[in-house]
Amino acid sequence: MAARVLTVTSGKGGVGKTTLAANLAVALAMQGQRAVVIDADVGLRNLDVTLGLENRIVYDLVDVIEGRCRLRQALVRDKRLSELFLLPAAQTRDKSAVRPEDMMRVCESLREQHDFILIDSPAGIEQGFRCALAPADEILIVTNSEVAAVRDADRIIGLIEAEEQGPARLIINRIEPDMVRRGEMLGIADVVELLSIDLIGVVPEDKAILVATNRGQPLAFSSDSSLARRAFHNIARRLRGEDVPFMTLREPRVWERFFRFVRSGRD
Amino acid sequence: MGLDAITIKGIRQGLLVTLGEGDWSAELRALEARIGASPSFFRGGRIALDVGSRGLSRFEIEEARVLLARHQVELWAVASTNPVTEVAVQELGLVVFIEANLGLPHPSASEAAPEEGEELSVEGLVVRRTLRSGQSLRHPSHVVVIGDVNPGAEVVAGGDIVVWGRVRGLVHAGALGDEGAVICALDLAPTQLRIAGYIARSPEEQRRKPVPEMAAVRGGRIVAVPWHGGAQ
Repeated sequence: MAARVLTVTSGKGGVGKTTLAANLAVALAMQGQRAVVIDADVGLRNLDVTLGLENRIVYDLVDVIEGRCRLRQALVRDKRLSELFLLPAAQTRDKSAVRPEDMMRVCESLREQHDFILIDSPAGIEQGFRCALAPADEILIVTNSEVAAVRDADRIIGLIEAEEQGPARLIINRIEPDMVRRGEMLGIADVVELLSIDLIGVVPEDKAILVATNRGQPLAFSSDSSLARRAFHNIARRLRGEDVPFMTLREPRVWERFFRFVRSGRD
Repeated sequence: MGLDAITIKGIRQGLLVTLGEGDWSAELRALEARIGASPSFFRGGRIALDVGSRGLSRFEIEEARVLLARHQVELWAVASTNPVTEVAVQELGLVVFIEANLGLPHPSASEAAPEEGEELSVEGLVVRRTLRSGQSLRHPSHVVVIGDVNPGAEVVAGGDIVVWGRVRGLVHAGALGDEGAVICALDLAPTQLRIAGYIARSPEEQRRKPVPEMAAVRGGRIVAVPWHGGAQ
């Protein structure tokens, strides 16, 4: 079966695209999928650091495109999962080194050998974004529950619609349930209502994600039962077509349980 | 005279401006005067220029492009029945606009030329999608949007604007100077509301239950009146 190409993008920087792409790739590979993740952020590469594979890079995406190596030579196999590969970006070049048709050619050659090709898009709406978007079968829009990130996500969705690409699905990242409840951030429902595309995942803010990323050991690997880790694995399962219900992001408090109990007694 | 001879029509790709029969430099001056009369309508827009049967050089077309660029208007296409002009247009990297295969089927682009003395086509434009951040819709006549106008999107119309959905972006009705234009929406919570030369912001109150509203200029300012059904 030929691979599906998924582009992870957001418009705004700093919403957690790279961390999400790394964790989704890990989760997919742990679920037995053959996954490649491509760093399309040429000149500002960091997916390799997130995955802890920095010191294994020999060739990169630009080397492949410019014919200095074969595609297979540039793929970095993960040290923990044999079915997970990274195609790193060049660090010493810039976005002009890659054209949309180059990305399409690279993805075409990867399709046969893998199940999922994830592309980590750079922020912005310029050439780098265009290259990451060109080969996409599906698009994952990442946003936070803050007004600026949602506005940029809306812009990106508009551009994708204009290119007649998609479907685009939404991941709300780094959500703080307590702040949403206090009305200090947009709620999940507000974001989905404004962007009006399908929601495929909600990832709660968790400091463990940052710690794991800094160690080059994405949280999706860990064996703990944190909500964030479960969220990554749930998104991966939904990408594979499973119907996974959305989890509640925190345990209900004692008095809330009590009220629910009282209410259900009345009905 | 030039000023009256210029007509503006809304087409799918933006605006189609048809110049009169006069001398080229006179027509350009007339075009500039026309833009100067309602700059906010044209600013940021894209124009296809219909130059009729006149034969133009690259230099003359470039002149028009520079003039438009000075008013922040992009010239993207030129319509002409003259082969010399068409070649010059292509050499400049612009599109040769052919009404028959671009922007159609679209009533406001395909209908017969406006009647004598009537500057704008009267047909409205119906847009059946949500306008997202960064998207801009410009039309010389009325606009109906079936969908939302999200924050960061803008609708600029010479006539009325009706939105069957939420308005959270910028809407400007009567942008060619018509103070009688109105804006109607199911939920009117725009970033900014403009009618002709008037500008208003939404009141900074708590979000209430959305009620359909109509905004119009009354007594020198923009007033929004909720619609509650029943007799008005």
